[in-house]
Amino acid sequence: MRRIIPHPGLSVLLLLVWMLLQNSLSFGALVVGIVIGILVPIFTAPFWPGRPRIGYLHAFSYLALVIWDIVVANFEVAWIILLRRNRDLRPAWLVIPIGLDTPEAITVLAGTISLTPGTVTSDVSACGRFLLVHALDSADHEADIRKIKTRYEARLKKVFR
Amino acid sequence: MSGLGTIAEFVTAFLIVLGALFALVGSWGLVRLPTLMERLHGPTKATTLGVGAMLVGSMVFFRLENGEWSGQELLISLFLFITAPIAANMMAKVHLHRLRLSDEAISPGKAGVPPEPDGKAGWSTYDAPQPDTPVATSRK
Repeated sequence: MRRIIPHPGLSVLLLLVWMLLQNSLSFGALVVGIVIGILVPIFTAPFWPGRPRIGYLHAFSYLALVIWDIVVANFEVAWIILLRRNRDLRPAWLVIPIGLDTPEAITVLAGTISLTPGTVTSDVSACGRFLLVHALDSADHEADIRKIKTRYEARLKKVFR
Repeated sequence: MSGLGTIAEFVTAFLIVLGALFALVGSWGLVRLPTLMERLHGPTKATTLGVGAMLVGSMVFFRLENGEWSGQELLISLFLFITAPIAANMMAKVHLHRLRLSDEAISPGKAGVPPEPDGKAGWSTYDAPQPDTPVATSRK
């Protein structure tokens, strides 16, 4: 089974994306989607050696949390843009120590930080243990770093085991 | 015009106007924020919800008005969410390089120049990755 479907999650995702691209639930689209879902993971297997195991339940709750945060933070950033004067703005660079040890998990963390408005991931350190994050408005740097670590990183540790 | 049609129109109109407002605020941020790194926050972010709301509006419209499911909007937002952080990261990296070249035209702004990470290594935009990084160790 492992040899035919080396990455079940990727297969399901490919099938789902294919069905959405077709925008129909026809039998033909399903068959082609299944063929793609089986063939693509087999041919791309050399590109993801030593991939981490993913806890899908945790991944879905993480996704819901991130979407919620994106909506809330969008309003916060819109508020700042509309009402805060430039001289009252407190932009800052934050250096966030990473406790994750797979590149996939670090990439997801960096992407999450960039997607939630108010923070942009700018760089990763050459040793892979720190992220450089620019915050649009940070009153308390330590608190913001702690928030990212407890809210996102702690959950990502459960997603990527 | 049936009751369902009116609700559909209200919901779609609300979502599209909300999305347009966020896109406008994002663009306004691009104009008025002081330096590049702050300006990066406006368009890459307020726009995610702006485009997102418009796409949800489109989905609601096709469902309630034409009675058919449309999933392609979900794909558009998925691809946007995957690519937006990478575009922002690339611009930030270019900005870091220009800051280091101490170009007179570039202002680091109130945030100043980025601090160095703790430990021996610098940032990967400037330094080559070290052998024991997570990326290197994943190829066991």
